[in-house]
Amino acid sequence: MIERAFFGGLLAYGAGAVAGLIAPRGSVWPRVLSCGLALLGGLLELCACILSLASGANAHWEIPAGVPFLVYGFRLDALSTYFNLILSLLAVAVSTYSLGYLRSFEEKRTAGILGFFYNLLLASLTAVFTASNAFFFLLAWEATALSAYFLVSFDQREPTARHAGNLYFVMSHAGTGCLLAGFLLLSAQGGSLEFSSFASAAWLTGSALTGPALTGTRQAALFLLFFAGFGVKAGIIPLHIWLPEAHPVAPSNISALMSGIVIKCGIYGMARVFFEFLGMPPLWAGIVVLMVGVASALLGVLYALMEHDLKRLLAYHSIENIGIILIGFGAAMMFMSLGYNRLAAIALIAGLYHTMNHAIFKSLLFLGAGSVLHGAHTRNMEQMGGLISRMPRTAFCFLVGAIAISGLPPLNGFVSEWLTYQALLAGFGATEKLTRILFPVAGALLALTAALAATCFVKAFGISFLALPRSENAGRARESDSFMVTGMAILAVTCVALGLGATLFLPVFDGITVRLAGAQVSGSLITAGGLALRAGTGRGGTVSPAGIAALFVILSAVPAWLLALWGGKRKRVTGPTWDCGLPGLTSDNEYTAFAFSKPLRMIFAALYRPSREIETEYEVSPYYPKAIHFGSEIESPFEERLYGPAQRAILMLARRMRAIQAGSIHAYLAYIFVTLILLLLYGVRS
Amino acid sequence: MTAIGAALAAAAQLLLFLTIAPLVTGVIRTMKARLQTRRGPLVWQPYLNIHKLLRKGMVIPETASWLFSVTPWVVFLTAAMVGLMIPMVVTEAPLSLFGGVLAVVYLLGLGRFFLALGGLDAGTPFGGLGSSREMTISAIAEPAMMLAIFTVAISANSTNLSEVARSAIGQSWRFLAPSQMLAFGAMFIVLIAETGRIPVDNPATHLELTMIHEAMILEYSGPYLALIEWGASLKQLVLMTLLVNTFFPFGLSSAWTAGGVAAGLAYYLAKVLAICCLVVLIETANAKMRLFRVPDLLAIAFVLGALALISTFLF
Repeated sequence: MIERAFFGGLLAYGAGAVAGLIAPRGSVWPRVLSCGLALLGGLLELCACILSLASGANAHWEIPAGVPFLVYGFRLDALSTYFNLILSLLAVAVSTYSLGYLRSFEEKRTAGILGFFYNLLLASLTAVFTASNAFFFLLAWEATALSAYFLVSFDQREPTARHAGNLYFVMSHAGTGCLLAGFLLLSAQGGSLEFSSFASAAWLTGSALTGPALTGTRQAALFLLFFAGFGVKAGIIPLHIWLPEAHPVAPSNISALMSGIVIKCGIYGMARVFFEFLGMPPLWAGIVVLMVGVASALLGVLYALMEHDLKRLLAYHSIENIGIILIGFGAAMMFMSLGYNRLAAIALIAGLYHTMNHAIFKSLLFLGAGSVLHGAHTRNMEQMGGLISRMPRTAFCFLVGAIAISGLPPLNGFVSEWLTYQALLAGFGATEKLTRILFPVAGALLALTAALAATCFVKAFGISFLALPRSENAGRARESDSFMVTGMAILAVTCVALGLGATLFLPVFDGITVRLAGAQVSGSLITAGGLALRAGTGRGGTVSPAGIAALFVILSAVPAWLLALWGGKRKRVTGPTWDCGLPGLTSDNEYTAFAFSKPLRMIFAALYRPSREIETEYEVSPYYPKAIHFGSEIESPFEERLYGPAQRAILMLARRMRAIQAGSIHAYLAYIFVTLILLLLYGVRS
Repeated sequence: MTAIGAALAAAAQLLLFLTIAPLVTGVIRTMKARLQTRRGPLVWQPYLNIHKLLRKGMVIPETASWLFSVTPWVVFLTAAMVGLMIPMVVTEAPLSLFGGVLAVVYLLGLGRFFLALGGLDAGTPFGGLGSSREMTISAIAEPAMMLAIFTVAISANSTNLSEVARSAIGQSWRFLAPSQMLAFGAMFIVLIAETGRIPVDNPATHLELTMIHEAMILEYSGPYLALIEWGASLKQLVLMTLLVNTFFPFGLSSAWTAGGVAAGLAYYLAKVLAICCLVVLIETANAKMRLFRVPDLLAIAFVLGALALISTFLF
């Protein structure tokens, strides 16, 4: 049954890709077939995941490819099932949305091509999450990177899209290079390319409960290679520079997938490698992951605050949330090496739960931004405004996403952040070493991150959706069609469900934590008959998102009663907003996104190094200006200080190497000959 | 405790919070006036204000959306809900199962999130100005608050506020420990910032250059304004309760008995009055800070919090 659903889903994705290519262009068929089949594929994969979770099975299938070393091996173990579950949830919602969204591509006759790469991306992502050997994994990884590249640079006529696509291509392949080296090292250790052999080579008896076999420099090299390789994909700072370029320029349904699930490939890889193939992670590795997580979270949100392009703002928030996930992962690795398996399991659950939550609410927000782009024809927040009355459903879904991503109760972001705090707090109490000071400091910076994220989403929602429209296009905006709204509604409902139903969802992690951290903790995390969550140690702290939601309903009787008791004869009139006595309030009087984030720009001036340029135009006297132009920019230190010099060094090296590329066939023959001799000598010697 | 008992306890505590909160605002105003040798308004003026506002009609700005009407409810409800998670006169908070100190912080954050959106909704520049400043200041206050919270949570080994209060019973001099005093200092600065008091914000001003909280609620009138003001005074009392009952948890009754509650209430009111005196002294002796000096004050709170944390394992 699982097998039929799983391969049926893959086949549906494949059929959707083919249908996108062969269906007659300019008709509705490319859109309907490719999105419809992707939706079917998502539903089938969802079934496969739910069945796999319910049966607790460890399904494994192998299809020989007829090529040496290459076997199409699929394994649906707990971790793979979990990530495939996230993917299939997104596939269902985003495909529904795309059914409406791709209409605008029909006129340009490109809907079919988009549908082809869209389905290819979904299929290759499924393969990445379920591959059971390194060769097939890397093949799927590359297919993901390539289809994502074509989707990022889909709008070929836009120079920004081409540039973003190239940057993504280069960065992604630098990462893949690290992974290739890492997997070669692992296969030398394990004796084969099978994932199971890596795991058994890392642990003495192939289980996290016994001692490690992999130690020392080889382990350190593996950790660094994989952290860099997967880190590029996940967008950790300082390997993030492609992310805020690539995610916004893609079509919005693709942005949703990119930020929702494609960057999670890196997270999946880290979970797989750090907890399974590396043996016992050394303490310093955990510290590195934790600190990179904190830095990514804080810098991600600080740069997001300065963005007024709605989709770029969301892209920077992806960096922030990857950071929050890595705080959980880093803490889990530290707990593993300190010998606290139960705490490691809690921290791992916090990270993995946030992975799911971020996938859901970030896709929701990107779909919302796409809907706004569709309605108001702009990504610039300063040109929006007043959309809550023109696009009420989109606005409501976006608000749900904004509350969830700000980590506010009772939605899902709050639950995973709460678990992260609890893991960090328990870490301080658990150990006597000086490293324990890292946990509460990480917690405090996480609090700052969450509060800044809330600030950023007050800005994003408040400036984009509230008050008066700031441009004619925003004033003419219309609500998106029902497919797009349904796609967003599915994700909004999931946000609420993952928040209120957290206690029902937690047992999903049991299989993963048993395998990766050697402990099963979901039972101890649930208390009061499933009503509340409880931190694992002692009496700990408790929280009940469902209870908080119920309290909102119950307690609202109090203000309702107060209003009814006193306000029997009160009138409710609509009047003009106070305009300080000036004639009429226009959208020019409204607070702008730039002004909203100005205090933070001044407070964190040491980081942003803002520069401003003011030009005044006047005719007669400088005291009566006709127009004032204001421009302000912030520095992007990573591009300028880190990548700039690296790029120049590579170019210089390339110029030097041009000397050996003489263009003469004789020289090339000589190179080949010399290489051959050297290889022969090497072969004889060993 | 049975479900009915818990519900009754919750109702009793909610009632206490709702009735005392405006009084605290009034007491602070009166004491401040007396210290400045003014007569000042009546102590129960806030009740009269709420009574008056609830009876009046209201004007909704024509540019506002449904969010404008939802905001007063969310602000009021989050403050009321948080009041049920904090021990007030009895050690066991009625709904401590529903959330500890983290839920308290984040629920207040939810109220603030909506209040800031409500400020932006009307489309006036004042509202946006207030929202921007409120969100900025609360964001940079957050890490200091979290460090102080971590310090008490670590000594109690729980983020549950009833557990925190219970762990301090029997060690009545614990508040003299360096970690507790430093954490108290950090928390007190955060209290001033979060409740919008001098030197961070001036609750009595309507001058556009300086106001923060008042700027956000400028467009509210009638019953909605009553809900927001009541919610704000509730939030103030809740934060004061958090401060006094985590750091000085003496006098808390162990059960809902008549004698215990009476004694607990007397202790509680005395402690809150003491905090009020402190707030009044600071308000009277200081001028409002420039907005961009506020981060310095909060940085001090952050350092105090960090020192508090470090001293938990040094001493």
